[in-house]
Parts: sequence; structure tokens; C-alpha cells
Amino acid sequence: MNKPSNASTERIRKTLAKRYRSEKRFRLYGIMAILFGVLCVATLFVDIIGKGHGAFRQTYIQLSVDYEPDALGISDINDTQQLALADFSGIVKKSLRTRFADVSGRSEKRQLYRLVSNSAEYELANRLKTNNGLLGQSEKVWVLADDDVDTYFKSLNSRDGAFVGRTSDKQQEWIQSLIEAGEIELRFNVNFFTSGDSREPEQAGIGGAIVGSLFTLFITLVLSFPIGVAAAVYLEEFAPKNRLTDFIEVNINNLAAVPSIIFGLLGLAIFINFFHVPRSVPLIGGLVLAVMTLPTIIISSRAAIKAVPPSIREAGIGIGASPMQVVLHHVLPLALPGMLTGTIIGMAQALGETAPLLMIGMVAFIVDVPGGITDPATVLPVQIFLWADSPERAFVEKTSAAIMVLLAFLITMNTAAVVLRKRLERRW
Amino acid sequence: MSTLAYVFGRRRSQQFARQLGGVRNLHSLPSYYGMRVALWCGLPSVLLLFLCLALEETIISNMLLAAIPDEIRPNSVAEYNLLMNKIENLASGALPTEGVTPALLDASTALMYLRDTSQRLMTGLALLVAGGGGFWGWWRMSAQLRARQQVEKVLKTCLLLCASLAIFTTLGILLSVVFESLRFFQQVPVSEFLFGLEWSPQTAIRADQAGGSGSFGAVPLFLGTLLISLIAMTVAVPAGLMSAIYLAEYASSKVRSLAKPTLEILAGVPTVVYGYFAALTVAPLIRDTGTSMGLAVTSESALAAGLVMGIMIIPFISSLADDVINAVPQTLRDGSLALGATHSETIKQVIIPAALPGIVGGVLLAVSRAIGETMIVVMAAGLAAKLTVNPLDTVTTVTVQIVTLLVGDQEFDSAKTLSAFALGLMLFLVTLALNFVALRVVKKYREQYE
Repeated sequence: MNKPSNASTERIRKTLAKRYRSEKRFRLYGIMAILFGVLCVATLFVDIIGKGHGAFRQTYIQLSVDYEPDALGISDINDTQQLALADFSGIVKKSLRTRFADVSGRSEKRQLYRLVSNSAEYELANRLKTNNGLLGQSEKVWVLADDDVDTYFKSLNSRDGAFVGRTSDKQQEWIQSLIEAGEIELRFNVNFFTSGDSREPEQAGIGGAIVGSLFTLFITLVLSFPIGVAAAVYLEEFAPKNRLTDFIEVNINNLAAVPSIIFGLLGLAIFINFFHVPRSVPLIGGLVLAVMTLPTIIISSRAAIKAVPPSIREAGIGIGASPMQVVLHHVLPLALPGMLTGTIIGMAQALGETAPLLMIGMVAFIVDVPGGITDPATVLPVQIFLWADSPERAFVEKTSAAIMVLLAFLITMNTAAVVLRKRLERRW
Repeated sequence: MSTLAYVFGRRRSQQFARQLGGVRNLHSLPSYYGMRVALWCGLPSVLLLFLCLALEETIISNMLLAAIPDEIRPNSVAEYNLLMNKIENLASGALPTEGVTPALLDASTALMYLRDTSQRLMTGLALLVAGGGGFWGWWRMSAQLRARQQVEKVLKTCLLLCASLAIFTTLGILLSVVFESLRFFQQVPVSEFLFGLEWSPQTAIRADQAGGSGSFGAVPLFLGTLLISLIAMTVAVPAGLMSAIYLAEYASSKVRSLAKPTLEILAGVPTVVYGYFAALTVAPLIRDTGTSMGLAVTSESALAAGLVMGIMIIPFISSLADDVINAVPQTLRDGSLALGATHSETIKQVIIPAALPGIVGGVLLAVSRAIGETMIVVMAAGLAAKLTVNPLDTVTTVTVQIVTLLVGDQEFDSAKTLSAFALGLMLFLVTLALNFVALRVVKKYREQYE
């Protein structure tokens, strides 16, 4: 080696340590970025599961109820009128008073009555309705506790100490006595999955929202899948290369990136104000979401069609099939798995979407579980949004639990899409 | 009926075939003949039905108006709407019939009668057209008929219609926001909307009402949107880009197959969940940290919303950047390494410059997402339109205002409701421009290496 080259080698050698350090640092940044992302996922899930797991169990209090005909005001058990008017809240109160005999004074009594949810009377009414023989008898019944009691009772064993909230000292004493007698316990919260929304956190459930979401998704699927596939078929197989099809393509790509809230404005101005579709119903929600997911479905369907090798088409044409026959009989069935995957992903997107639905009145407070696509309904994400705004502490737990259910749905759908792709994927 | 038509058409074509000695003497397969008759039967009547349904309301209300006696004849549009509503409610039984003027009562019975008649008329007409069309299709059939071509033409037109739905959607969006915005700009000048510094959309209903000045200067909203997007991008761009680089260049395939789906979970989480996370976990955390350091942090700070939005956008940037980096030809990498550059030098000086257009496109797309993101800011950012760039203060964004203005009751004649559409127009135009540029850049870049 000659001299100058030695000098430059020397120069390089001097900077080498620094360069390696910078290499290491750069690598570290990358690892840190990944770890940050993973940490975010972990925090999100831990936070939500930590807050929400409690909502799957609800506090119940055991009451010994006396179905006295006089107190209820029922003389004839078969008279539905009397049953409907009967004073069940009176016997609930009475049973509470007999359980805690030392309670006196109006304000103390009022505190006592607040231990149980006001759904207790409906529970008793239902029991009597289904079993007429109970009249005049007494029995022990587990009824829902009030949401404040529920929050307090659940927090008793937590590390940060009990969350007192709105429960008074007296109420805490009573709860202690109930615990000692084994008359208060946590049970699996069936109510949460079956009932609709309610102002009372202990009675509120996501049943109505889930049904609403299903109806909405059904409309979305029925509209967007056929239209999306048809559009993709046209663009991939039949479209001549001209201005119009170019314009369509640009439009589709842009629509895929338009903020979802704009679709809400579209739904409000065109569907509701112009076509007079009723608001707050799954029909309009499904329409808006269908318009929103259409670009996603078209793009993935086109990719699926593109993946079908041209040899299949040529073979079809070669034995005398028309282009339409080739598409309908060969290309479409082969591209179907890919299209379905795209559709499931689009549906998952639609299921999690909230913003456009706020514009078209799906934020209404709806207690009943919807029975059809034209019944007022709300959907799961909107329900989460509504509950997140509620001041009651017990709703925090409910919201997190609803999020867990929503995430479970989404994860199932996305896994299904991945499995479907793996299963049916074909390499040519 | 169409099914019936299909069966008849098919049978007739088979008859032809029998006369000619086999199906192969027909021009098309028998099922195409059947389908052609079915289309003749179904299409015209369905089209007619749609036309009738569209025109029905106008015709009925006009006939009703003509029949109304002069004493209750409306003078203005508002009065007309009121009257029509009244008659409607009477007819559907929502209003009690006692104490109503007989003229109105007559009108409501007339309305019911007209509705009933039009329903019958429509059904009859549709059936007639279906029958006629079906018969025409059936009658005009012959062995030489190019049935397949005709059916395929109809199908193809349907496909084209479905494809052009994308244009109609864009058009619909444009029309809906532009029309309402124009009505808004009649009440509020464009210059005030674009450059005004104060936003308080509450308009007074009565003149003496307090606090209802109604000013529509959107600058605080734009600033708030920009601030939150900026915070989001400062989180998302470094994190997303670095993770993409690491995944594409350094990570072993095992790490890659684990880390990539984990990051993509972030993309699948609904925005309402992020909003909840921001409002109930991140915002209190930031507030408490800030207070312990002696800073005044509002509970609805721009920082919380921006931070969480950034987390949401990380997977978006990382997957786009990942694609782009993978598309850089291997020869560039090999060349640089062969010259003695370290891996990171190769990345910084060769790969990133080569991938830059694609990365810029991806970042632009991410910005447009951040601007249009709604739920996080609705739940975690505030409503107060402050003109501030302090990330610890509360700001509001364009999307938050659209949602708050349009949730609940809407009156489409007040500037308050209409202003939401003007904001929507701005949002649409800005994101459209961003997307357009970004898609162009990405596409051009892809072509470069293909």
C-alpha cells in the first residue's frame, strides 16, 4: 500500500469509533420507537381492562320480602289492572325497614331505601306475575344494589382503599352488616348484556346498542358488498382506459381518505333533509356507513381480482366464453376470499365508527332494544361515547366494559379476516 | 313476476330449440332468453315505481292545495309547511279531531283518500307495465335473437352505475356542504369567517338576550386544529418512521412478525376508545404532572388530545413508510454498503433520500387524518375557542365544532347550524387537497422504481 491511501485509512480509522457509536444510537432509536408503540398498546389494554373488568359482575342484596296482599293492594291475583298498580316499592321499603329495625327519621330512611336499585320493585312484580302462588307468602330475593353501593362494595378490597363516593357513613355501616350476614354479593351481570341504556348505571346495559350495531352493520353489508364488488369488477375487467374511469379512480382513492365526519354531513344533508329518511334509525346509520366503507371494499376487491392470473381469463375466452361469463363463472369465485377479507375489515371499520353517526341522530337516549331497521337505535361506539360523558362514577366501569366488548368484536372480525386469507389464499 | 317471466322465457326458447333440433341452433343459452324476458318484465316497472314514488308527494300536495278553501289558504312558505304538518298529523291520527275547523278535517280526509288512490294506482300501473314488458320480451323472441349480448349489456351498465357511485358520493358531499355553506355565507361574509378572530356561534333569538352576539371568525378553530395536529405529528412521525426503519432494515423476521401486528392493533382500535383513553387516563395524568411542576394545566388540554392522536397515527405512518422503504431497490443498499458505509449511514444517506417522496406522501396523508379526526378531540379537547398556541391550554377544533353544532336540534335557517357546513366545506377542501397531493406523490414515487 502506498502512502496517501494509508493516510486516508488512518483518517477513517479515527472516525470509526464515532461512526459505530452513531450506528448503535440509531439502532437504539428504532428499538425505542417500537417499544413505545408496544407500550402504548399494553397501556391501553391494561388501563381499559383494569377499569372495566368489574362491570361484568354486579352487586346484589338479599331481601326477605313479604308479598302481603294488603300492602300491595291486590285483592284478586288474576286482575292484571291491580297487579300493574300494586305498590311493590312499598314492600321493598318495608323489607329494608324490617332488616334494619333501628333506622328512624326521614333522611336516614331515605338513605336506607337508596341501598337497592329502583329496579327491585319491577323485579318483584315480575316474580309475582310469573308465580301467582307467591301472594301472601314471603321469600328471600336477590335484588340489584344501587350503583353507589356497587362502586363502594367493589372498591372495598382494592389496594387504594374504599371509594366512598356518595355513600354516607350510615350506608357504609349497613353494608358492613349485610356483608357480615352474607346478604350482599357480586354476581355475574347478565343484565349488562341484555338490557338497553338507562340513567341508572346499575340497570344500564349494552344489549340495545349491540342489537343496534348488528342492524346497522347488516344494512351496511347488504348495500356496500354487492355495490363494491360490482364497481371493482367493472373497473378491473371492463373499464376502458378513458377520462371517466380515471376520474372514478381518483374519486375512490380520495373518498377512502376523506374524514369520516364529512360522511355524517352527507347523511344529514342528502339522506335526511333531501330524501327524508327518518333519523336515529339503523337504516340511515347503515346507509352512511355503507357510503363510507365502499371505497375500502372497492380497493380490496380490485386487489383480489388483480391477483387472479390472466391465464384463467384467457383459457375461458379460448373455449368461447364471453368476457362476462369468464368474470361471473371464474374470476369472481376465485377472487371471492380476498373480497371477503376486505369486506370484513371494512365492516370492522364501520363497527368502530362513531363520528358520522353523531350527526344523524344516533346519539339519542334509547332505553328499548330495537326490533327492526326503522326503530330508533344507538350503536356500541356511540353508547361508549354517551357513557363516557356521564358523571356517575359507576359509568366509568360500564364504559370500559363496553369498550372491552367492542374490542372483542373487532379482534374477532380481524382474526377471522386473517384466518380466511390464510385458509383460502391461493398462490399461482 | 320476474321469476315467472324467466321461466316462461326459458321455456319458449326451449320450444324454439326443439323446432330447430337442439339447443345448439339457438343464438344464446336458454337461460339468457329467460333472463332477458325477466329483465323486460322487472326493469321498466321498477323504474316506473321509483319515478312515481319520487313524484307522488309533490303531486298529492299540489292537488290538496288546489282543493283547500280560500280561508285557510297559506300565504308564505312557513305557513304552508305548518298547514301541511297539521293536515298530516290529523290524517295519521296524531292530533285529536275535536276543535279543528271542518275545512282542515276535510283536507285530512282528502289527503288520506289521495294517498290511498295513488297507492292503488301505482301498484296497478307497475303490474301492468311488468306484464306488458314481460309479454313484449316474450313475444319478440326468436332463435336468432342475440339474448346474451343484450343481457350482458344491461349487466355491464349496472356495473358501470355501481362504479360511478363514487363520483356521485363525491358530488353528494360537495353539493351538501356547498349549498348550506352558500346559505351561511349570505348571512356571514366570507372574509369574516376566514379571518375573524372570535368564534361564538350562539346567536340571540331575542334582541335583548345576553351573550348571544354570534360571531363566526374561524381562525381560533383553525389554530386549534393545527396545534393539536402538530402535537400529534411530533409524536407520530419520529415514532412511526423509526419503527418502520427498524422493522424494514434491522429487525429479524421473528421480531418483525411479532412487532408489526402489535403495532397494527393500534390502527384497529376505534377512535372513540382513544377518546375515552385520552379523556379519562391521559388528561388527568398530564394535569397532575403539570400541577406538581407548578404549571397551570386545564383538564382538557390540547396536549392530551394531541398525544393520543399521535399514538393513533403511529401505525398509519409506520406501515406506509415500511412499504415505501421496502420498495427501495436492494441494489442501492448493496452499493452503499460496499462503499464502506455503516448500516445507519446507508439508511440516512441513501435509503431515506430515495424513499423521501413516498414518506412525505405518507406524512401528508397522516396530517389529513389528524385534521379530520373527530372523536378524540370531541372527548378530550375542549369547546372554548381560544386563540392560543399553549399546548397546556384548552383549544377547540373544526371537527369538535361541527359535532357540537349538529348534535341535537338543528334549524336549517340559522347561521349557527349552517356554520357547521361551512366548517365542513373547509375541512373537506383541505383534506381533499392534502390527499390529492399525497396520492400523487406516492404514485409517482412508486412508478419511479417499478
